[in-house]
Amino acid sequence: MGKPIISFQQFSFKYHSQVEPTLKNITLTINQGEKVLILGPSGSGKSTLAHCLNGLVPFSFKGEMTGKLTIKGKETKDLDIFSLSKIVGTVLQDTDGQFIGLSVGEDIAFTLENEQVALEPMHKIVQETTQLVGVDSHIDYSIHELSGGLKQRVSLGGVLVEQDLDLLLFDEPLANLDPATGQYAMKLIDQIHQKQEKTVIVIEHRLEDALQLEFDRIIVIDEGEIVSDTSPNQLLASNVLDKVHIREPLYTKALKYSGSVIHPDQNPQHIDQFLLTETNKERLNTWQEHYQKEEKPIDSKPLLNLDQVNFSYEDKKVLTDLSFTIQRGEMISLVGKNGAGKSTLAKVICGFEKHSSGTIELDGQRIDQESIFKRANRIGFVLQNPNQMISKHLIFDEVALGLRLRNVSEKEVERRVHKVLQVCGLYPFRNWPISALSFGQKKRLTVASILVLEPEIIILDEPTAGQDLKHFTEIMDFLEQLNHLGVTIIFITHDMHLMLEYTSRALVLVDGQLIADQSPVDVLTNDLWIEQAHLKRTSLFDLAIKAEVEDPKQFINHFISYDRKVRKTWQ
Amino acid sequence: MAVKMLGYFERSSVIHQLSGFTKLVIFLLWSSAAMLTYDTRILIILFILSMIIFKLSKVQLKEIRYVLMLILFFLLLNNIAIYLFSPQEGVKIYGSSHELFSIYGRYNLTLEQLFYQFNVTLKYFVVTPVALLFIITTHPSEFAASLNKIGISYKISIAVSLALRYLPDIQRDFRTISQVQQARGVDFSKNEKITKRLKNVVSIMMPLIFSSLDRIDTISQAMELRSFGKHKKRTWYSERPLSKLDWYSLLISIFLFIVIIIVTFHDGSRFYNPFN
Repeated sequence: MGKPIISFQQFSFKYHSQVEPTLKNITLTINQGEKVLILGPSGSGKSTLAHCLNGLVPFSFKGEMTGKLTIKGKETKDLDIFSLSKIVGTVLQDTDGQFIGLSVGEDIAFTLENEQVALEPMHKIVQETTQLVGVDSHIDYSIHELSGGLKQRVSLGGVLVEQDLDLLLFDEPLANLDPATGQYAMKLIDQIHQKQEKTVIVIEHRLEDALQLEFDRIIVIDEGEIVSDTSPNQLLASNVLDKVHIREPLYTKALKYSGSVIHPDQNPQHIDQFLLTETNKERLNTWQEHYQKEEKPIDSKPLLNLDQVNFSYEDKKVLTDLSFTIQRGEMISLVGKNGAGKSTLAKVICGFEKHSSGTIELDGQRIDQESIFKRANRIGFVLQNPNQMISKHLIFDEVALGLRLRNVSEKEVERRVHKVLQVCGLYPFRNWPISALSFGQKKRLTVASILVLEPEIIILDEPTAGQDLKHFTEIMDFLEQLNHLGVTIIFITHDMHLMLEYTSRALVLVDGQLIADQSPVDVLTNDLWIEQAHLKRTSLFDLAIKAEVEDPKQFINHFISYDRKVRKTWQ
Repeated sequence: MAVKMLGYFERSSVIHQLSGFTKLVIFLLWSSAAMLTYDTRILIILFILSMIIFKLSKVQLKEIRYVLMLILFFLLLNNIAIYLFSPQEGVKIYGSSHELFSIYGRYNLTLEQLFYQFNVTLKYFVVTPVALLFIITTHPSEFAASLNKIGISYKISIAVSLALRYLPDIQRDFRTISQVQQARGVDFSKNEKITKRLKNVVSIMMPLIFSSLDRIDTISQAMELRSFGKHKKRTWYSERPLSKLDWYSLLISIFLFIVIIIVTFHDGSRFYNPFN
């Protein structure tokens, strides 16, 4: 083990805009060459911790610091953001948003340009860096032409171009990535670590996906304090994760539900190396026998029907011969990798885009000639980013907008808005300015503003992106309630948990074609579909195989219904 | 989809080979010359030259027709305005009056006025192709480098080129946001009264501004973490060292500029007067 490179000593930090400190009394040492995962739910202070390391705190985000933070033996408050960036390289979470250059080479060169490196050595270093991260054959490509995986490589290259870095900091590298690209990103970090032996710190809340990388240590933060600092195996054997509402790997969770105790020696950090004892297997088998099939009453009346729908955009075929039917009262997921045409399909259904051929029927009537406005009375669309939807200052006005524009009487507006706000849990805030709401509340507000028009179908684009388990459960349970009230819901998503736990059917879209229309369990255990749609096989399936369970799919179903009952008790 | 108004057109032409810096300097010299002189002979020569240069760039006129239409529209407005506000400008300048016909009061049509407005129009035609060429044949990456090289602060240069970069993204956001608002019932079509329509446009601007602010936040963090603003100067990856072609082009344009200035001012008047 190397020398300490980072040392927090009784370190606290409070943003000027906040009353309570975000980090409290952190004492932590990280050694050179270590791979460390910093894990915590939203608002736990893990991002602030990262910002303390790269200098955004206190140089960009001001606040009060107490205690000591030394990096490479120097106190950070005596340094500045530029000298820190020579030691700590940061890869931000939103890859698309952090590209500055237009071409691969130009973006990677950005730091060098700012360091006034002359043209000739600059091109040489950029060339070397592109080789290091494996994009040398794409050096002159425009970044926008690249796939998600290559973009990851470019953003890493832009940081590694600073060759003397001691430490690489990844701020939620898995956010916004589909499961396959997420896996790829973690492997890439591992490769770089093996080549360069720099210290690696990853900030994440998606534990199971992050464990692709073999960490030396996992530090769990909650409410600004360190609650655990131990090896991955030790952590998975403990019950810390439950307390801080971090989703633990599904396979260890299943073992715990079945009554087993996990021992660190069983190597639980990777499902393929996990040693199951005979008792473990037995318990899993007996546990799953309690499975009772929950039939959700669906009156199976076709609501939305697409027949041979095609759509082209600038002479490029985006959707090809799509045909499917959605029953009234269903919750279904629409999955596929980025650019597969999921959002376009939603826009075609809502009339934002005009399809080139085919028919769309709602309740047996063709709607494909109706205007956006008219279709909106029956089909609502909620964008991923609530900021793109909100146009008023007050919560009440935002929800009332659609009704007022439909010339509904003010008395009726008030009645309906109040009712919707109650359903969405926003009634107490109805006279508040929208800016006072949290992200999750804003999300609910945008749903409310659509819901008030009483549509029969709501389409939601990635409703849970970037949310930790607690907020995920909150949002999804709320949407499920709406479903029970009779609203049919379509989710555009690549969150496999959402798919598995909340939807009864998954439509898999690949390059604008529908390749599967099956139950999520079937999709997530089919290797061909998984690969084509950039998904990942659920680890529950691997566990079931390992435990020699007779019917792995039934095992997965049992886990899901059991897990949801447990999580219901949180609220 | 929003029409491609102005952007980089990838071609392999002599004009594209020139460095952005050269093109910017030539553009500045060219437009100052065209601005200063009213010598019709010079303007005609420059006009022919600018047509040749445009031809060399291998960009088709129809590819930039929307911008051209826009410029022609302003040219028309400008001509109407000149005539409305000073119908006797030509007479004042050239010192004679050949009246073709009279309309009302001081609004008559003289050969002098026509000739004067012909010169103004010609100026547009001289400057427009060269200005457009600078924008559409300079790779966006080189754009900032060229601005910086003529002395504009690199922070402003980058801001300009980032703004150009993000324009397509913002256009896309704008479209999505307006579709979502239309679904809620906001009407942008001509059925709505103009005041109401303006108000409705504001309902798109708010979400657009807020989501763009998010973008700016991320990019500025990324830039700061990668040492942006550390030094007073910076270098440019996309900068191209000046080639022989660049030097020749620069020398020729400077020479031309000097000749134009001498010819224009040698007799103490910027105007060529065919009426003497």
